[in-house]
This record gives sequence, C-alpha cells and structure tokens, in this order.
Amino acid sequence: MIGDVFVQHALVAGTAIAIACGLVGWFAVLRAQVFAADAMSHFAFTGAVAGVAIAIDPRAGVFAVTFACALLLAALGGRSRVDDVTIGVAITWVLGLGVLALSIVATGPAGGSGVTAANALFGTILGLNTAQTQLAVVIALAICLVMVVIARPLLFASLDAVVARARGVPVGVLGMVFLIALAAVAAEATQAVGALLLLGLVAAPAGAAHRLTARPYLGMALAAAIGVGSVWLGLWIATLAPSVPPSSAIVAVAAVIFFAAHVPARAQRAVRAPAARWGTRRRVGAGATRTD
Amino acid sequence: MTAPTLSWNPLWDLRQLLAYPFMVQALEAGTIAAVLSGVLGWYMILRRQTFAGHTLSTMSFPGAAAGALIALPAALGYYAACIIAAVAMARRPDAHDSGGGLQSARIGTIGAVGLAAGFVLLSLSNSILGGLDDLLFGSFLGITPAQVVTLGVVAVAVLATLAVIGRPLLFVSLDPEAARALGVPVRALEVAFLLMLGLTVAATTQITGALLVFALLVSPPAAAQRVAARPVVSMVLSVVFAIVVIWCALIAAYFTTYPLGFYTTTFAFALYVAALVGRAAVPALRREAAA
Repeated sequence: MIGDVFVQHALVAGTAIAIACGLVGWFAVLRAQVFAADAMSHFAFTGAVAGVAIAIDPRAGVFAVTFACALLLAALGGRSRVDDVTIGVAITWVLGLGVLALSIVATGPAGGSGVTAANALFGTILGLNTAQTQLAVVIALAICLVMVVIARPLLFASLDAVVARARGVPVGVLGMVFLIALAAVAAEATQAVGALLLLGLVAAPAGAAHRLTARPYLGMALAAAIGVGSVWLGLWIATLAPSVPPSSAIVAVAAVIFFAAHVPARAQRAVRAPAARWGTRRRVGAGATRTD
Repeated sequence: MTAPTLSWNPLWDLRQLLAYPFMVQALEAGTIAAVLSGVLGWYMILRRQTFAGHTLSTMSFPGAAAGALIALPAALGYYAACIIAAVAMARRPDAHDSGGGLQSARIGTIGAVGLAAGFVLLSLSNSILGGLDDLLFGSFLGITPAQVVTLGVVAVAVLATLAVIGRPLLFVSLDPEAARALGVPVRALEVAFLLMLGLTVAATTQITGALLVFALLVSPPAAAQRVAARPVVSMVLSVVFAIVVIWCALIAAYFTTYPLGFYTTTFAFALYVAALVGRAAVPALRREAAA
C-alpha cells in the first residue's frame, strides 16, 4: 500500500495538515471559536466552487474567499471575539453565494456540478499530485511556524484578555492573526478532507487533548499527535476497505478518540471524588466543633 | 411550459405564480417553515445556540442518504438523524469546561461524524450524487401535498409544546442560575428545546436544503432582536421577517433562473444588514430631530 504514489502523497500532505489543524484547533477549543472554524470551512466551499465557476484554479478561489471572509469576520468582531450570530448570518450568505456559483458551474460548459460540490465538500486526499503535496506541506509548515511564534501571547490573551491588554499584549491583533490562521487551515484542509469534514481534524483531536491534559504545550502537542494518528489510521482503513471514503475514515477515527477521551477524564474524577467528599465532611466537622 | 415573465400588472403576476400546484404547495410549505423557524430561531439566538442549530441543520444530509440507501422516504431520515444528533448534543457539559470550548468541540465533532457517515452512505448507495445539490441547497419543485400536511402537523406539535414551556424556557435562557434556584427544571427544558430545534430543522430542510435552513433560522430572529427588545414583539417580528424572506425568495426564484437558496440567503442577509443600519440610524435621527 505504501508503494502507491498517491498513498505516499496522502500520507505526507495529511500529516502536515493534521499537525497544523491540531495546533490551531487547540486554540480554537480554548477560545470557544470552533464555530468560527466551521464557518471558515463553509467559506472555503464557496471559494472552491467560485474558482471553478470563473475558471481559475479552485485553490486560488479557496484561499481568496476564505481570507477575505476571515478579515470581514475580524472587522465585524471589532475588539472582542466575533459573536455566534454574526458568524451564523455570514455563513448563510456566503453559502448562498456558493449556491449561485454552483448553478453557474452546472449550466456552464464543464457541467457536473454534483462532482464539483462533492470534491469541495468531501475532499480528494488520494488524488493529490506532487506539486499539490509540496504546496500543502509548505503552507502547513508556515501555519505551524506562525502558531509557535504567537503561542505564548495568544495563550495569555485567550485566558485573560483584560489583564493581557493591561500588560500591553496586542489582544485585537492576535485575535485577527488567529482568525487568519484558522482561515489558512480551513483552506488547506479543504483539499484533503473537504470543507465539511474539516471539523473532524480541528475540533475532535483538540477537544480530546483538552480533556486529557490541562497543560497548554503538552495539550497542543497531543492535539497534533492525535490528528496525525487519525490521518494515518484513517488512510489505512480506507486502503483496506475501498468503499469507505478516506476522509470519512479519518473523521471516524478522530471522533472515536474524542469520545474515548471521556473515559480517562471520568476515571480521574471517580478517583478524586471520594477524597473530595471526605474533605467536605471534615470541613463540616471542623465548623461544628468551632460552633461548640 | 413557457418561462414565466414578470409584468407590471401584479394581478397577472399573482395568477402566473399560482398557476402551477407545485408553486402553491411551495408557498404553503415555505410559510409554515418560516413561522416555525422564526419562533424557534428566536429562542436559539437568545440562548446562543447558533452552532448547535447549524450542526443540526447539516444532519439532514446523513438522514437523507440513509433513507435513500434503505429505500425509505428522505423525510423520515431527516427527522431521525436530527433527533439522534439533538440527543447526542444534550449530554451534560464537562465539569471543568468554563468557557464552553469543550461543548463546542463536541458539537463540531458530532457534526463532522454525521457528515462523514452521510458521505459513506452516499457512496454505498451510489445513486443520489446528482441529487446532492438539491439535498444540500434545497428545491421547491418537488414538494408534495403530503409533505405540506406533515410539515403542518410537526409545526402544530412544536408550537403547542412551546406555548406550554415558552415562559419557563425564556426564564432559563435569560438567567439559568436564578431559574435553577427557584426550582425550574433547567436540564429538562434544555433537552426539550434541542429536540424541538431538531424537529424544526428537519422540517425546514425539506424546503431550504440542509445548508440553508440557517437563512430562516438565524437572520430573521437576529434582525428582529436588533430592532425590538420586548420578547413578544420581537418574536412576532421574527416570524414576519421569515415569511417575507421566503415569499420574496420563492417569487424571485420562480421568475428567474437562479437558485432558490441564493435568493433566500441574500434576502435574509439584506434584512439583517438593514436591521443593523436601522438600529444605528434611528437613534441618531431622533437626536437630530430633538435638537
């Protein structure tokens, strides 16, 4: 299976994308901006279809539309984080434009809007050529680099925006840079797992990492590692069972890990709970003696 | 059938509009869907559950794909998938999840799993790829009278339930801590609301398509809440806005070649922007008039 050149490309590009998704996703969960990530994936869909509609490279369309929408969201959000109503309204309208583009594709010379839509929505990770793979890796590396550089101040700004602002951290600029990183990840992942399954690589590994550890840097590394594991396992499953689309297999693995991460968290709580109860009783007892 | 053209005579236009039964059914179904999503969307915006509503709306895709695979009506698949997803989302939140990040990660994961499952089912049945666009973006051509009746029954059931629990739900949405302290069953109300939202989305999807339910569920209530502060007034406005949007979109889609989804979302967005502008402009004008 490793001998197949498309599988090699998928492994290389998928690994790079999963690492970028894990890092950005960890912050998206911390900042409760998973909905914004979801929005980006829908913008990416419109971008892909619009690119086909006006006969340019779909990837150029994806990046152009996603970045433009990210800047728009950042502008609408102003100094604070964008609220979910604004995101909801924006998603709807941009998708509506995507529908318009899709109908133009359908009536155009190329035809077959169903296939265009399906590719944009569900990805074609097993169809990447060498140039596309290289581009995916370069972009993923760039996103990772940006995230590593802004990780510390962004962590501060995410946990306590007021104190961070008072200490001179540029909270607004960081929020905007983060939204743009989110847009880049969405545009990037759209090629691999497709617009609709992006959340499988952004939300699920990062959510699992947040459940498993409260330590920031360990959590980021864990999110990236879970993402990479999901991609590898998913691709392996897809090569074993050809009727299962690779993107679905990847998402399924990531989701299983996310829900399985419940178990250690609950076990930890079960271990801690009796101790906590004991502590309360003692405190109550101490209070009682004091009133005596 | 000659392509309908818009004239300057409104009566003639209306007769053209109502000439075909499918269009009458589309208007009926659109109106019911608009009333339902105007009310439920109003609560959804108030409760900041836009993401949950959005994810529920995408669940109709695996529902329809599953229905196609085992040769059941798509509508049945819609309702089943939306209810399953609503139950999965209604789990108790994690203990240390203060900002809601983990809850949103769970919603996102449920959404991704549902869509992935839909894609697997689609490739297994290998039949409705051509219908993917209609599934995701809606079509008003194929609405049957039976569908309208089902939609009406669901709408009556949901609105009747809401008439009973509407007031406590409003209380819980505005101040959950105080509601819990006064003995209001907060958890039960939250779960009931998610289930009703799931039903609404499943019903509306049949008209607007999975990805554009939001045009009716978010923009009209959001615009209404910007314009009016009193709950009853803004809820009524929300329903009116939703009806106006779907009627204008149906009429525009009927007389032109562009898809219904584009018009629905564009009119809804224009309405929201108008509400924002109006909200900013009216106090300024009043100040000017007073000066």
